[in-house]
Amino acid sequence: MAGKPKLYYFNGRGRMETIRWLLAAAGIEFEEQFFETREGLLKLQQDGSLLFQQVPMVEIDGMKMVQTRAILNYIAGKHSLYGKDLKERALIDMYVEATMDLNEMIMHYPIQPPETKAKHLATIIEKATTRYFPVYEKALKDHGQDFLVGNRFSRADVQLLETILMAEECKPDMLSKFPVLQAFKAKISNIPTIKKFLQPGSQRKPPLDEKLIPKVMSDIKPLALRE
Amino acid sequence: MSGKPKLTYFNGRGCMESIRWLLAAAGVEFEEEFLETREQYQKLIKDGALLFDQVPLVEIDGMKMVQTRAILRYIAAKYNLYGKDLKERALIDMYVEGTADLMGMIIPFPFTPLKERNLALIIERATTRYFPVYEKVLKQHGQEFLVGNRFSWADVQLLEAILIVEEKEPTVLSKFPVLQAFKARISNIPTIKKFLQPGSQRKPPPDDQYVATVIEVFKKD
Repeated sequence: MAGKPKLYYFNGRGRMETIRWLLAAAGIEFEEQFFETREGLLKLQQDGSLLFQQVPMVEIDGMKMVQTRAILNYIAGKHSLYGKDLKERALIDMYVEATMDLNEMIMHYPIQPPETKAKHLATIIEKATTRYFPVYEKALKDHGQDFLVGNRFSRADVQLLETILMAEECKPDMLSKFPVLQAFKAKISNIPTIKKFLQPGSQRKPPLDEKLIPKVMSDIKPLALRE
Repeated sequence: MSGKPKLTYFNGRGCMESIRWLLAAAGVEFEEEFLETREQYQKLIKDGALLFDQVPLVEIDGMKMVQTRAILRYIAAKYNLYGKDLKERALIDMYVEGTADLMGMIIPFPFTPLKERNLALIIERATTRYFPVYEKVLKQHGQEFLVGNRFSWADVQLLEAILIVEEKEPTVLSKFPVLQAFKARISNIPTIKKFLQPGSQRKPPPDDQYVATVIEVFKKD
């Protein structure tokens, strides 16, 4: 039952990346099994390893867990990154569900057809800078603490940093109007486990390679992304 | 701080319906404010009531909660519908995320152009990806409830999903005898039975009026 968690996914970010971030932030070493082709995924489906025929799948503590949020909730709960009580958990949940909404938009950007790509990017930028980032900027400013919730490091901080970095990949000056978030980004990036994850050679995955997009669309997307 | 939870949403199912189900199942009375006009929505935003400018909004225990899943988890945990430990919670989470995915295919239906609506895919997913899982889980442990031999959020949401799919395809459970029994059993739980009766706060399937209202309220200037 003991042993490192094992992640089953493609060798890329997708829906598994937030899970990698959280494990890394918690200082948990993990193994990964990648599939490159349809066949790899089909085998797992035929094995009965995937409850709803989908990845991400994480083997952890004797369970074959699926569903990104279920996995994140479990890791956060197990490693004390989910607040100290129901009300802190409620706040953390509100914050992380919103970052996941923004992540979802960003995740779909590289695979947009050329005719909608520019509009999609404009929407990401608009939502990030008018709907989401102002909320976190204000939350941190209002209480003046280092972390989003309960004056303690939690999954909300991890997921916000992940989202900030992904948003900056879309537009490098995304945080130009958010000084408190800039300071937050620097501070959280310096937490030892996170710092390590941000270094080359870690299990953090790069953005989707443009050249791989046609393959992702034909082979992988129909099987894996939620449809 | 005390008092009934107050739900702000359209007068229809949408993303709020699962929350109504869960509160009702827990036996919690709630009030509702229905969004009817753009002005109402803009006022809510201006008042700072919507953290991310979105509904559902549920005012509960002094909080203005948004984000459907955040709200559902809070209610489930508060009313002991979220398992007894981390591992039961993990199982419940997997199950509710599965039913949420299935219902998530149906919720946007009225807003999807006719020729893009794929009812066949929904029925296929229901009968080959989702329902077989729950049929098997219940069959294997032989218990009345999905997780931990105790009524939980997972049971409520599965019943909700079954009924929504049956509205589209009445014979959808024909190959799932265990789910048929589950449906009958859970529907008979007093709080749920009450919610299933006419006059409850359960909302009917979306109609043209509902669609028109949503479009109008969210219209960009």
